[in-house]
Amino acid sequence: MNDVSKAVIAVDGAKVSFGAVKALDGVTLRVMPGECVGLVGHNGAGKSTIVSVINGGLTPHAGTVAGDGEQLERYGINAARARGVRCVFQELSLCPNLSIVENTRIMHRDLGGFGWRTRAAKIIATSLDTVFPGHGIDTSQTVGDLSIAERQMVEIAMAFSNAGTAPRLVILDEPTSSLDASLARQMLDHVRRFIAAGGSVIFISHILHEILETSDRIVVMKDGRVVAERQAQDFDHHGLVEAMGSVAKEDAGQHSSGGPSTAPVVLSHKTAGLPFTARAGEIIGLAGLAGHGQTELLLALHATHSGNWLPERDPRVTFVAGDRRLNGVFELWSILRNFSIASLGDLSRRGLILADEEEAKGADWKRRIEIRTPDMDNRILSLSGGNQQKVLFARALSTRAPIVLMDDPMRGVDVGTKQEVYTIIRDEAARGRTFIWYSTEMDEVRLCDRVYVFREGRIMAELAGDAVNEKNIIAASFEGVAA
Amino acid sequence: MTFRLSSDTMRLAIPALSLTLLLAAVFWLQPRAMSYVGLNLLFNLAVPIALATIAQMLVMAVNDLDLSMGTFVSFVACVTATFLRDAPVIGILILAGAIASYAAIGVVIHLRSLPSIVVTLGMSFVWGGLAVLLLPAPGGQSPDWVRWLMTVKPPLAPMAIVASVIIAVVAHLVVMRSSLGVLIRGVGGNQRSVERAGWSIVAARAAAYGLAGFFAVLAGVALVGLTTSADANIALRYTLLSIAGVILGGGEFIGGRVSPIGAVIGALTLTLAGSFLSFLRISPDWQIGAQGAILIIVLALRLMLNRLEKREKRR
Repeated sequence: MNDVSKAVIAVDGAKVSFGAVKALDGVTLRVMPGECVGLVGHNGAGKSTIVSVINGGLTPHAGTVAGDGEQLERYGINAARARGVRCVFQELSLCPNLSIVENTRIMHRDLGGFGWRTRAAKIIATSLDTVFPGHGIDTSQTVGDLSIAERQMVEIAMAFSNAGTAPRLVILDEPTSSLDASLARQMLDHVRRFIAAGGSVIFISHILHEILETSDRIVVMKDGRVVAERQAQDFDHHGLVEAMGSVAKEDAGQHSSGGPSTAPVVLSHKTAGLPFTARAGEIIGLAGLAGHGQTELLLALHATHSGNWLPERDPRVTFVAGDRRLNGVFELWSILRNFSIASLGDLSRRGLILADEEEAKGADWKRRIEIRTPDMDNRILSLSGGNQQKVLFARALSTRAPIVLMDDPMRGVDVGTKQEVYTIIRDEAARGRTFIWYSTEMDEVRLCDRVYVFREGRIMAELAGDAVNEKNIIAASFEGVAA
Repeated sequence: MTFRLSSDTMRLAIPALSLTLLLAAVFWLQPRAMSYVGLNLLFNLAVPIALATIAQMLVMAVNDLDLSMGTFVSFVACVTATFLRDAPVIGILILAGAIASYAAIGVVIHLRSLPSIVVTLGMSFVWGGLAVLLLPAPGGQSPDWVRWLMTVKPPLAPMAIVASVIIAVVAHLVVMRSSLGVLIRGVGGNQRSVERAGWSIVAARAAAYGLAGFFAVLAGVALVGLTTSADANIALRYTLLSIAGVILGGGEFIGGRVSPIGAVIGALTLTLAGSFLSFLRISPDWQIGAQGAILIIVLALRLMLNRLEKREKRR
């Protein structure tokens, strides 16, 4: 049934290498009309690279690309777009300084001519209405003024919009990472409608149940190769994880409940709603729908417990950012510099950095959390997303601060890395560190000892021990909404 | 439905407000300025500055900075006062070549991924040298049509005001309304996504620089129309004035956030600040410092409004 002549896009034996790294090692992938292909794998498995090959951004060093049965010799971005290939990228990729309408103009090259604003506004509004009914987004707004979820909605709608060339193959790379459950539901429903109408979708997500229920066929990649390819119904959660070859364990979702803690309170904060307290050695989850005040609480905690003008000698809190590109990594710096920036105070004497100690500490943490790089002096961007996130964790954990604030740090991180980081967090918590963890993923929230559920900027519920489960959290986050 | 100001409107509010305040202060100090002739005298030197500010703004829209603006405008002024008067065809060819070399600089900066500051700083010596070769001593004469254009007396409003409005409207249409303008600002906002949509970034940058060159040429021509003769150092302070004008008008150094109307208002404000200080009888020794103080006050106001806006958003 995988007939090359019918495939929207067929990549055959694609090989791509960046220096010594083989990003793709002979990948063959076919996408049929009316089919949703789920693509899963570790970060660094080659998913993003195969996406770049399909959308024309990257020419494979060996192998061929064919569309509708004909070999495409000079396949580039414009050729791909002319064939109706569209992409929603993992990192948000709209121009923040332009309005939604103007971004539509950028995305659709053939929209020019007098009166393009009216046409663009209509195209994007139609698409937004179709994918996210009741979205309430004004298309004349500047993208920079939108919330992160709204930006992602616009980006998804942009990919499905039609300005002359109808979308035939839409690549969704982690599209739901910033959407809350109901928006993600709307999007997945639209994907199914699009498929039913004969369109094709390549769907990449780390949220496995989304992949399992949305895709027709699932392709598992590992180390630049396709290691498994089966119909979706032949896979289950466990099978997928196993096929990816990660060390994930099924029982990883269990939290270590030890009854009400008697450890001293290290942090308390008055909020609108229930008061917030944290005890030494606790892992505290902030749950609820995305964007309901969890990040604001973390920022407020950080602001009240760190120096205002000058850094404090003994900082009480440290922060792991969620948006790596925006406020996490220093893109031009080496891995080591990125790691040591938070603890430079301890690593220097009389204003000079002790290079040896910095290096030793870097090597120690590289070993402890397994940052996969031959050399800590490589640039941070040479790492895959998951490993970059590990560096950010190491940066926070290597400080002396007893409280670690985490702002949904696992967004777009692969399952294997997540498990490794969970282990580190539990170890550190056992040594008396406190973790305050905002997460949009239910599996992570269940790891916590105690959970505060947010709604509309307030803490609505506090769950502890065995009460920390999906049912209670969802009940608390939606309570009163229906009324 | 509640009325909400968009961030772009907020961006324009501050420069407009500061210009109005400054104008009110000038009128209060010197009521005779409140006339056709008075307004023209107050603002006519703002016309070339406004054009240079638009040119600088186009370069800043693609996240670059042009440090050769002042010497380039001086060079154009020298060409205008010599070739454009004596041999118009050669003069126009030279100016067209200058615009083309601006576009070429944009291409070089993009292809070799050089810092624009370094390249344009280097170019500033080239333009300065060429200007000195043309006019080693102050001299030349402005072409009659240029002189006529800059001293024309339109009904209702003086030339300086009419010209500023026309510059603002044209620049707004090109930069904010046209597809090309969207593309240029898109490059400043998120180059990767523009690239992924299949556009040529080199072409966009070349267009931005070429347009900047065009507006800078207009600035030089307009300047000679006002001063009637030229000098190799006539517009050196335009480099900093144009940057200050863009920032005053609500533009930013990076991120493709620019406002052509704001830039023109910024240029007017800068010019007016000089007159205001003269009316206050502040000695010329202190004027530059006082001008700096005005700049700081306006920018502080903008920061404050930005904060208010953010707080508004958080609610």
